[in-house]
Amino acid sequence: MSSTTAGVQTHGHAHAEAGVGHFVSTYVFSRDHKIIGLQFLFSTLLWFLVGGLLALGIRWQLAWPWTNMPVIGPMLFSGEGGQISPEFYTTLFTMHATVMIFFVIIPILAGAFGNYLIPLMIGADDMAFPTLNMLSYWFMWPAFICIGGSFFAPGNGAGAGWTSYPPLSVLTEAAPGSGMAQTLWLLGVTFVGVSSMMGSVNYLTTIIQMRAPGMTMFRLPMTIWAMFITAVLQAFALPVLTAAGFMQLGDRLFGTGFFLADGATANNMAAATGGGQPLLWQHLFWFYSHPAVYVMILPAMGMVSDIISCFSRKPIFGYRPMVYAIAGIAGLGFIVWGHHMFMSGMNPYLGMTFMVTTMLIALPSAVKVFNWLGTMWGGKIQFTTPMLFAISFVSMFIIGGLSGIFMAATPVDIFIHDTYFIVAHFHYVLFAGTAMAVFGAIYFWFPKMFGRMMNETWGKLHFFLTFVFLNGTFYTMHILGAVGFPRRLADPYHYETFRHLLPMNQFMSVCAILMVSVQVIFAANLIYSIFYGKPVGRNPWHANSLEWMAPSPPGHGNFDFQPIVYRGPYEYGSPEVDSDYYPQIEPPPDEKKDED
Amino acid sequence: MGRFWSILFLMVPVIGVGLFVVPMADMWPMQNHWLPEDISEHGASIDDLYYFILYLTGVIFIATGLTLFWFLWRYDAAKNPDPVKFAHGNHTLEVIWSIVPAAVLLFIAIHQMTAWAEAKLRRPLENSGPDGIVGTADDVYMKPLVEVTGRQFEWRLRYPGADGELGTRDDIYLVNDLHVPVNEEVVMTIKSDDVLHSFFLPNVRVKQDVVPGMRQYVWFKAKKIGTYDIVCAELCGWGHYKMKGRLTVESREDFDRWIQQKYQAQETSQFTAGPGD
Repeated sequence: MSSTTAGVQTHGHAHAEAGVGHFVSTYVFSRDHKIIGLQFLFSTLLWFLVGGLLALGIRWQLAWPWTNMPVIGPMLFSGEGGQISPEFYTTLFTMHATVMIFFVIIPILAGAFGNYLIPLMIGADDMAFPTLNMLSYWFMWPAFICIGGSFFAPGNGAGAGWTSYPPLSVLTEAAPGSGMAQTLWLLGVTFVGVSSMMGSVNYLTTIIQMRAPGMTMFRLPMTIWAMFITAVLQAFALPVLTAAGFMQLGDRLFGTGFFLADGATANNMAAATGGGQPLLWQHLFWFYSHPAVYVMILPAMGMVSDIISCFSRKPIFGYRPMVYAIAGIAGLGFIVWGHHMFMSGMNPYLGMTFMVTTMLIALPSAVKVFNWLGTMWGGKIQFTTPMLFAISFVSMFIIGGLSGIFMAATPVDIFIHDTYFIVAHFHYVLFAGTAMAVFGAIYFWFPKMFGRMMNETWGKLHFFLTFVFLNGTFYTMHILGAVGFPRRLADPYHYETFRHLLPMNQFMSVCAILMVSVQVIFAANLIYSIFYGKPVGRNPWHANSLEWMAPSPPGHGNFDFQPIVYRGPYEYGSPEVDSDYYPQIEPPPDEKKDED
Repeated sequence: MGRFWSILFLMVPVIGVGLFVVPMADMWPMQNHWLPEDISEHGASIDDLYYFILYLTGVIFIATGLTLFWFLWRYDAAKNPDPVKFAHGNHTLEVIWSIVPAAVLLFIAIHQMTAWAEAKLRRPLENSGPDGIVGTADDVYMKPLVEVTGRQFEWRLRYPGADGELGTRDDIYLVNDLHVPVNEEVVMTIKSDDVLHSFFLPNVRVKQDVVPGMRQYVWFKAKKIGTYDIVCAELCGWGHYKMKGRLTVESREDFDRWIQQKYQAQETSQFTAGPGD
């Protein structure tokens, strides 16, 4: 500071001001990718809790329909004497899905891990556009406020499903939540889209432009490949969702008629205009939301690949086929959206086309599973907490992948469409798959983020209980689906066909309640370890990739040296060196000799 | 602990298969926890495909699950004395495990097309028109037995009455009480009055979303007399869960008698009622 002549008092004052400004610019409006990543991480974990509690509301109603909820029932639904109303039930599943998809899975993968890991793993000091990166986080806040506010608008939350199909979502008289609550929902989702778009542009530029010397594209860790292709998916698909969202806002607020047929009415209220087509929304929505399904799984696959290779102490099996498989999934992902619409009234001939492409997308998924198994074959498997979560990802993804083939088969889909079979399928992919991978990734990269270890014993207990209860909750849904048990019904027992399924639903709900409860172990372990975990050095897992060469936690600018990359990130057990890992930055032995 | 975790993952295929076998065999405690009784003619092709995919995926599920277990058991770092097999992959294996699933998936894709076409594309014909060739523009479609209209939160039905034409003054209007004759090909036209609904007959293996502004057709042949549920399978608002109808399959004579009865009831006014007034 140049003002050395200033008085002590003034100097101290200036320092205090700098202190506050420093705190705000370091931890609040930070442009450092690591802080932004952690902001995303903690925000999304809080929303994860909200989404989980909403799910428990659904499970309560399905297990003990029209009974008073203990403790919180009277607080929330005093008007009904403590029971969930059918109106609120529609809000519960709408908001559960919306929160989990748009506020948890997408931002925790791309926002939290994408932000934290991309610059570190490619050997860059930060993202290409730090300010844009900061904005991508802060654009989540209007989204948080809109979705939170939706609960307090008339109808107590949007209730047209997370897919928001018109005319239910467009005609304000069609449902209690189709008024202001639905408008806020649309705005919230649009803000998430804007945030994701900013992130996507940033990730693409960073990965293409800012790799360390020697870091060729085919030396990138799978996590980065997955993030890269995810960013491409977002960049191409998101504009369509944003446009569709504005069209629906137009239909709702300005009397346009994109999604309303001639003479559309609901609850004796006629729409101002018609001439549109409700199926148009479904096409536009799924043109985004199907690729978004891969946005929600590809980064998890990338992180799982890294974890499995590290704890098998063995190179990843078929690196290039794995990259091609991700690219294949992403490419095919753009031409399969119609499989959500087999029963929608879309031309059945078109259904046949989508059926063939959908079948084919199972192929790259199978290739990935075989390669994960190949990676574990002949290794030295260390059963650490992150590894257990990664193995469970593979095991559960097999179930989620195989059940997808049932739905892809159009004739079978006639029966199981909109039943619990599909609910089982996407929970196996998104919860048993992605969410378990995210847990694994948190345990894996936590030492890098905070310079301390999370407790392994508690971590394994958390894994074991979550794994058991998630299967108790979701596996049984396949059986419900086989009976044709429809989703989104506040009281399925209204139908004779499904009345005898109540005990099974009660079993599932008990498992679900336990599954959410045991997350307390995770939360306690996470918070405790941030402050009191065992301190560790740079590379506690003896991993190869660049982020483990930086200090833990890395300072501003990440590396205290210039990383130069000599090889791929998976050279575990290489015969070239004595130790069982061979970091990307370590020069080959002959080059070392030259230096001597 | 490696042993414990290996066995935990072994439990996935073991319990996973068990949880399908028990309801399939209708054993305690999961009686009737399987595909509901199929009373339709075309339903067998759908159920057969379901079983075909179930067995196929079941084999893959068991094989991959056991492989995973074996690798975890065999290559546990604490027990495995062998050095790491340093390998970056195997081109031949990659080719094999790409081509084999691709062939199987393409086979399923082509195999199922007939069932799909039967259910959604081949709308029953009255006759093939003057040229006598099926699939040409002059084909005459079978007239619908009934028009079903989804509405928050009920199924409105309109039978064409004696003249067989919808939209004439002898149409019969009913709600939620759908009757069809047994062992006859039945065509229905379905539409919506307000929002999306889905016309789902679990026992007939029929499902079709109804879309406002679109008129669609469903067809089936019911083979068994009885009453069954009509379910709404697409979210249509707060009362979605109670949008329940009843499908009654009965003999042609009973059906004719029933519809005559309904017609009489609809046309009878209290002012023209029978003797005694």
